[in-house]
Amino acid sequence: MKNFVLIPLLFAVVTASFQAVAEAQIATLRKGTPLDQQQADPDQLQPYSDRDVKQPRAYPMQPPVIPHKIENYQVDLNVNKCLSCHARSRTEESQAPMVSVTHFMDRDGNFLADVSPRRYFCNQCHVPQIERKPLLENQFKDVKAVLNEAD
Amino acid sequence: MIELLKRYLRRARQPSIHYSLGFLTLGGFVMGIIFWGGFNTALEATNTETFCISCHEMEDNVYMELQSTVHFSNGSGVRATCPDCHVPHEWTYKIARKTQASKEVWGKIFGTINTRDKFLDKRLELAQHEWARLKANDSLECRNCHDFDYMDFTQQGKRARDQHSSALASGEKTCIDCHKGIAHRLPNMAGVEGF
Ligand code: HEC
Ligand code: HEC
Ligand code: HEC
Ligand code: HEC
Ligand code: HEC
Repeated sequence: MKNFVLIPLLFAVVTASFQAVAEAQIATLRKGTPLDQQQADPDQLQPYSDRDVKQPRAYPMQPPVIPHKIENYQVDLNVNKCLSCHARSRTEESQAPMVSVTHFMDRDGNFLADVSPRRYFCNQCHVPQIERKPLLENQFKDVKAVLNEAD
Repeated sequence: MIELLKRYLRRARQPSIHYSLGFLTLGGFVMGIIFWGGFNTALEATNTETFCISCHEMEDNVYMELQSTVHFSNGSGVRATCPDCHVPHEWTYKIARKTQASKEVWGKIFGTINTRDKFLDKRLELAQHEWARLKANDSLECRNCHDFDYMDFTQQGKRARDQHSSALASGEKTCIDCHKGIAHRLPNMAGVEGF
């Protein structure tokens, strides 16, 4: 009977102390400021890159990153701002690249008349960029580099 | 009391004996200024954001949405308030818009959009009125702050530059044709030109 009380108690004490250690060691973006308070010296927000220069893709099926800012672009049940430029019928006016044919396919590979529901929420796969020096050097080699090395 | 009123009325209908023509003209002039001022003050009082969002229909729906946009908070601290975009500066247009707004007060009294659902149902219609108005006046309210002549294309993104230097510069399109939904969430846009 005693153990029934003791074990959960011990468990609670141990997890609580783990939590305390974790909270002290993890560097949060808010630098440990409690949730109900405002951080004294918030980091400067970096603006999204708006260079309008397409970025290279690391592999053929990579969703290309977005080379322009997308702040406040509404994508919901009512309207898809992205498609107002990237839809097939809109590319003449916007001069934006059309969403590729894979965006019209349902999961069985059938081509639909319009963008498939599973590709409706663009930001699931496409993200804008911020221009900053990477914190770590990137070790990624794309397949072409690997093939060249093999030769 | 009524006798007194009647007496004054009778007096008012008679031509003036005691006051000189000069005094009357001047007096009329002064009263004119006072009434005019009062009218304009009333106009001005209703021309503030505090007035616009004093009814919950506006505060809960459009004002909430405005707050997350660049027209509410940005690096330079310049803010666009409701009347900046919705009420023309030019007097005749202003009066026309205000007369139209009295109809909106009816809507308030009879609760046309007193719930979120009713507002959303009406939203497309309300938005279309604003688009039509801005289209007709060549986006005058936008241009009060954004002057095409002073736009530095070299500082704009390529997408902006391409469109502004072609369709906008030629007058083929106006701001609202391309910039719908910059201040509020859009209604269902199926069938609206440009979507
Ligand atoms: C005003 C028109 C417009 C809107 C709105 C727009 N785009 Fe674009 N987009 C472009 C243009 C034009 C390009 C070509 C490169 C450039 O000029 O930035 C482009 C490029 C891209 C690319 C790069 C394609 C490639 O091959 O590298 C992606 C991905 C993209 N957009 C995604 C999006 C997403 C996601 C949204 C919505 C959140 C969006 N765009 C909204 C006009 C637009
Ligand atoms: C499930 C992930 C996914 C979603 C959601 C998605 N995309 Fe893509 N997108 C991709 C991938 C993967 C590619 C690259 C391969 C390809 O073209 O299919 C791509 C390519 C593109 C391209 C480049 C086309 C070209 O021919 O250069 C554009 C533009 C684009 N997407 C826009 C959009 C827009 C706009 C939306 C929202 C309506 C969207 N995507 C939604 C995965 C996605
Ligand atoms: C009271 C002045 C004012 C009025 C009126 C106004 N704007 Fe703005 N607008 C601004 C300011 C200030 C900014 C933000 C500038 C900055 O980035 O600091 C801005 C930014 C914008 C942007 C850029 C948005 C972005 O994400 O960078 C667009 C587009 C725009 N306005 C369109 C319009 C249109 C269309 C109208 C008319 C319906 C309009 N504006 C009316 C002051 C105004
Ligand atoms: C033919 C379409 C078109 C017309 C007309 C148009 N714009 Fe734009 N504008 C764009 C596009 C495309 C962008 C870039 C995409 C974005 O910011 O959403 C843009 C961007 C902007 C920006 C942000 C600039 C930047 O690079 O950050 C401002 C401010 C702006 N427009 C104001 C206006 C004003 C004010 C008018 C009317 C005098 C106007 N635009 C008319 C298409 C147009
Ligand atoms: C930067 C300009 C701008 C500002 C500031 C602005 N509006 Fe709007 N408003 C618009 C435009 C443009 C429309 C047309 C619909 C659209 O494109 O979103 C609109 C539409 C509306 C509508 C019709 C319903 C809808 O959402 O389409 C209402 C109501 C409205 N505005 C009220 C307000 C109130 C109240 C404020 C102040 C809290 C305000 N607006 C501030 C530009 C503005």
